[in-house]
Amino acid sequence: MLLIRCPYCEEERPELEFRNAGEAHIARPTNIAAESDDDFEKFFFIRANPKGVIYERWRHIHGCARFFNAVRDTVTDKFIMTYKAGEPKPAKLPGAAK
Amino acid sequence: MAKAAAKTKAAAASASVERRPALAGRTLSAPGVKVEMLPPAERISLRAPQASLAALSKALGVTLPVKPKSSATKDGRTALWLGPDEWMIIDEAGNDPLADCAKISALHSAVGISHRNVGISVAGPAAAVTVNSGCPQDLSLDAFPVGAASRTILGKSEIVLLRTAADAFRVECWRSFSDYVFTLLSEAASDAAN
Repeated sequence: MLLIRCPYCEEERPELEFRNAGEAHIARPTNIAAESDDDFEKFFFIRANPKGVIYERWRHIHGCARFFNAVRDTVTDKFIMTYKAGEPKPAKLPGAAK
Repeated sequence: MAKAAAKTKAAAASASVERRPALAGRTLSAPGVKVEMLPPAERISLRAPQASLAALSKALGVTLPVKPKSSATKDGRTALWLGPDEWMIIDEAGNDPLADCAKISALHSAVGISHRNVGISVAGPAAAVTVNSGCPQDLSLDAFPVGAASRTILGKSEIVLLRTAADAFRVECWRSFSDYVFTLLSEAASDAAN
C-alpha cells in the first residue's frame, strides 16, 4: 500500500485514508461571467494530464479531512512531496536534477 | 383532574425518550481479546479557530490538544484531535459538553452527536491485531502510543480510534455502521487468537 504524507497530520498515512481531488493550482477567473466560452472551457474542462510530474489536490478524507497538494509522478505513481493547500508551487522538487 | 392528565402526559413523554443504544450489551470474548459495546456517552463535534481554544478548554475543563493524532482526558471527559480545527469530545461521566460550550461567546461550532455514534471497546493482548485486521494504520506503541487518537477506516467504515491503554482501544463509529463494525471486529478477534 502507498504511504502518503499528510502535511496537516505531519506523518505518512495509508492511501486508503485519502482521495484524489483533481489537478491543483487552477485559478478561478476573477470575473467568471465575462469569460469567453473558449476560455471557460479551458478553465473548466481542459486538464494537462501529463506523463510524468503532476501537481494534484488530495484530501485526507478519512483522517483530518483537509485538502492539500501533492506532487506525484504519473509514470511511477511515486509521491515526490506534499504541501499544504494555499501554498505556492514548490520552486524546486526534492531529488530533482537542476 | 388536570393534574392527573399532566402526569400521564409526562409519563408518556419520558417513555418516548427512552434511549435505545445500538447493539446494547453485545460482547464477544475470544482468547486474547474482548470486544464489547460501551455504555452510552455524551459526545460533541467541535470546530473552532485557534483564538477560541483557550476559552473552550476552560469551559470544557479539558485542554484541547493541538498536536496531530493526540488526545487529552480529564474527569471522564476526553478531547480527541481530529483535524487542525476539529475535535471530538466524549464525556463518560454524564455531563453535557454542549451545555459547557454554550456558556462561552468565543467563536466555535459545537454539534451534539451523542446518538450518532456508538463506542466499542477492544481490549486484551491481541487488541492491536484485531483492530489492524481492518485498519491500515501502524498501531505499534511507537507510532500509536497510549492516548493517540485518529479518524481512520475499519474495513469499509469510517471510525475514530482512541488508544486507552497499551492493550485497549476505543472504536467510535456511526450507529448505522455499528453492526458491520462490531461483526468485523468479532471475526477479527476470533482470527487474532489463532
